[in-house]
Amino acid sequence: MLLDVRNLTKHFPVKRGLFGGEVGRVRAVDDVSFVVETGRTLGIVGESGCGKTTTAKLVLLLERPTAGEIRFDGHPLGSLQGEGLRAYRRSVQAVFQDPYASLNPRMRVGEIIAEPLVTNERLTADETRVQIHRLLDIVGLPQRSATLFPHEFSGGQRQRIAIARSLALSPKVIVLDEPVSALDVSIRAQILNLLRDLQRDLGLSYLFIAHDLAAVAHMSHVIAVMYLGQIVEIGEARAVARSPQHPYTQALFAAALPSHPDERRDEIILMGEVPSPLNPPAGCRFHPRCPFVMDRCRVEVPTLRDSEGREVACHLYTGVVSAPTGVPAG
Amino acid sequence: MTGGPLLELDGLSTHYVGARGTRITRAVEDVSLTLNAGETLGIVGESGSGKTTLALSILRLLPPGARIVSGALRFEGEDLLAKSPREMQHIRGKRIAMILQDPMASLNPLFTVGDQVAEPIRVHEHASRRSAWAQARNLLGSVHIAAPERRVGEYPHQLSGGMRQRIVGAIAISCGPRLLIADEPTTSLDVTIQAQYLHLLSEIQRERGLALIFITHNLGIVARMCDTVAVMYAGRIVESGPVRRIFDAPAHPYTRALLESIPRFGEADVRLTAIDGQPPDPAALPAGCAFQPRCVKAIDRCRVERPPRFVVGAKHGAACWLCG
Repeated sequence: MLLDVRNLTKHFPVKRGLFGGEVGRVRAVDDVSFVVETGRTLGIVGESGCGKTTTAKLVLLLERPTAGEIRFDGHPLGSLQGEGLRAYRRSVQAVFQDPYASLNPRMRVGEIIAEPLVTNERLTADETRVQIHRLLDIVGLPQRSATLFPHEFSGGQRQRIAIARSLALSPKVIVLDEPVSALDVSIRAQILNLLRDLQRDLGLSYLFIAHDLAAVAHMSHVIAVMYLGQIVEIGEARAVARSPQHPYTQALFAAALPSHPDERRDEIILMGEVPSPLNPPAGCRFHPRCPFVMDRCRVEVPTLRDSEGREVACHLYTGVVSAPTGVPAG
Repeated sequence: MTGGPLLELDGLSTHYVGARGTRITRAVEDVSLTLNAGETLGIVGESGSGKTTLALSILRLLPPGARIVSGALRFEGEDLLAKSPREMQHIRGKRIAMILQDPMASLNPLFTVGDQVAEPIRVHEHASRRSAWAQARNLLGSVHIAAPERRVGEYPHQLSGGMRQRIVGAIAISCGPRLLIADEPTTSLDVTIQAQYLHLLSEIQRERGLALIFITHNLGIVARMCDTVAVMYAGRIVESGPVRRIFDAPAHPYTRALLESIPRFGEADVRLTAIDGQPPDPAALPAGCAFQPRCVKAIDRCRVERPPRFVVGAKHGAACWLCG
């Protein structure tokens, strides 16, 4: 297990008034556990406010967890200091959604790509130039790109620059936060293919965060579905995509747009919207929108349990009730 | 009313002219379309393909510097290009309505929801404030906003993104338009909220019998919502036809590549077909067919001569030499 996340929790205090008294807590991530294996991709899906970006920030050490632990290569991050912490930061890199915002417009592409090398490694100017050219090659950009500025590139090319920068320190894990959603449709496949090639050639692990379910299913080995700060279903990507079990996962996949006009899915239109993580509903957090809600769901919090090759947090799968077929009762 | 199509575009071209008059961008070039009452048309294209300029041309809401330079535009048999700006004002919002992409930007933060939904009713129907507000409450109910009597008095910031988008929808249908143009109506929405909204639009369309034009880059929306589709590339329609035909037997290499570049469920091991290169700069288009530098099937003729539209099936046409 390269990355082992256990019971990760992040609460943001909400403060009001002159003395900043705490009036509530936003439970952005609540008791989340998953593992990312070497050379594999974990996809995290969920809607805005489900905690997927906070999870990414916790893994990137941009936020400190309220509780829980992240282990990297067997070492808990909390115990790392100095060189160990620097090594972790080198090993875990990120590519963000918007390549128009993530690249400094005043820096040349060569400087952008070399910046991690300059701050982390003592290389001569010649060695740095060799590295820049190597990285540009890997992501499929011509070497002369190094002397140009980001504005001279299209969205897809900029995302290649961001990927080249993330590879500069030979990381083991890359956090991909919506890496293709800002790109044109005809460019997305280029970047998704590039990411898969890089994973195969360099043995990278990905934490792939996106709201495009088909893209996540395409890229991931394991999919985790998050709702209001918690994982409601996690398992092998194909199993989850083919036969989602949690009512929220079912609704999410039913709501995904078809790839052909004849592809008719059972239409499950969820009522209402995601409640505030400031005051999540009691019991199962999904119960106010769930088409299969039972009395038990309103009071008892479901835990993740094994069910047909994946883990599901839903009272429907605790053995008493038969599985729903996708058509809401009543 | 005539028995002809609701909307008819014939050879419509819209150009942007730079400040010195030297740089001309052919944003929309020679576009012909017909849309019948109650039908749904999808206009698909990437950024810069001219799809939004086309929508704004239909409404004659073009920014300064853009001009419709040729072609014909008829709505319910009337020539829209012959209308005065004042006459167009009576058509926009009443007979043709538009939903914009960003629900936050299209609502005024300083006015209540009720004021904004009532405004077109007061302007177009000359209704009193009281009766316009009563209609606004009903409209909020018909777009499934809970407790409309309370929501009419609230401001946009008090509502969620999905609710704001539904209010924009309520404003659009307030005066009973015959045609509704939706420009990327769901890009900023979450998946389940998007499903709610598309469901709502289908319901409104069914109940009120209006025609819909979806401007989108998302072929999934086209598959879910549309009867016919027009694929735009570099300002021109490269392929158009019934939606099933286009998905089952795409004739233009660009359409085919777009369909193959989208990940599908259950095909995780299939390598996606990527389209090499970038969409062209509409101000500096390549010679011949605009797609030819990226096309895997390009022949010599494509590099010199622009292909006309060839008929490849019932109501199905494609602008590609390989179809000739």
